[in-house]
Amino acid sequence: MKLGILVNEGPYTHQASDTAYLFTKAAIEKGHKIQRVFFYHDGVYNSSRLTEPPQDDRHIVNRWAKLAKEHHIDLVVCVAAALRRGIKDENLNEGFRISGLGQLVESGIQADRLVVFGD
Amino acid sequence: MLHTVNKSPTERNALESCLKHLKKGSAVLLIEDGVYGAINGTASAKLVEQALKNYPIYALYPDVEARGMQDRVINGIKLVDYSGFVDLVVEYPNVQAWL
Amino acid sequence: MTEATGGIEMEENTSGKVKKFLYVNRKAPYGTIYALESLEVVLISAAFDQDVSLAFLDDGVYQIVKGQHTKGIDVKNFSPTYRALEGYDIEKLYVEKESMDARGLKAEDLVVPVKVVSTAEMADIMQSQDVVVSF
Repeated sequence: MKLGILVNEGPYTHQASDTAYLFTKAAIEKGHKIQRVFFYHDGVYNSSRLTEPPQDDRHIVNRWAKLAKEHHIDLVVCVAAALRRGIKDENLNEGFRISGLGQLVESGIQADRLVVFGD
Repeated sequence: MLHTVNKSPTERNALESCLKHLKKGSAVLLIEDGVYGAINGTASAKLVEQALKNYPIYALYPDVEARGMQDRVINGIKLVDYSGFVDLVVEYPNVQAWL
Repeated sequence: MTEATGGIEMEENTSGKVKKFLYVNRKAPYGTIYALESLEVVLISAAFDQDVSLAFLDDGVYQIVKGQHTKGIDVKNFSPTYRALEGYDIEKLYVEKESMDARGLKAEDLVVPVKVVSTAEMADIMQSQDVVVSF
């Protein structure tokens, strides 16, 4: 199946990004295709190049970028939500791209399922 | 429809509201803080036990275990891992998150 | 469509598929951004010719209440935007009666015409969707 993922919350403060990541990883392991991971609301913060979590904790941003690179996953950050929150190309982590809400709607249309992770 | 609930029933009304909107062919998956809804002896346990008579209810085991609730799960709630979560999403024709 | 609201991209491929999209609103306005940003998704989705419905239940019913004056909290009052949805052919706005009753609200308190439905009817509506987006 083709799965679309929507992440509504930022890293660490809510579990949403963690759950979404672990779900996505499990889906790939089962042979499903990830149509897109779309980051909305505070979810856009998952794309920040500037995060520096403690060394002994998971690096949420890098984890997403690594998974995306290994499995060619499209990580999209909503431009309107990003601008509101100060996420721009200049502080965007590798592996993410900024684009419009249309990409979320397209995901809903193209994927077999759209799974939402939020607060 | 697969319904996911990620908040504790004592924090928000998401579980209560979700259970009111189940129809034949629905299943509920409790994740994150929503797994507190899978715990026996709580104020919402009766509501959940009642729903269990008509609908399959699942809880994400890694979240249950993380919260130290593994010995308190309501009898009849099925525990799944992330792989099981994926299977549920695939099995049901649509999915709704109660946030 | 402006760039800030995310325009329509030439690469967007929808291959003529029409799906039933339900946008679920369960949170009050202003205390959090979900009401406003969910509306932005709804407006964008108008361009995709999908079968769009909006559901308002639990505290979501507060989003469409009349008489919102936001000057004092210095945020944009976006409630008039719900009236603009009709112009985008988004007319299926469902509001749950039980949620309104619990909050002392009636249809005439709302800023836009809606279809008031029971919890059972709302459950039917939800079950019948292809895509459900929660905020």
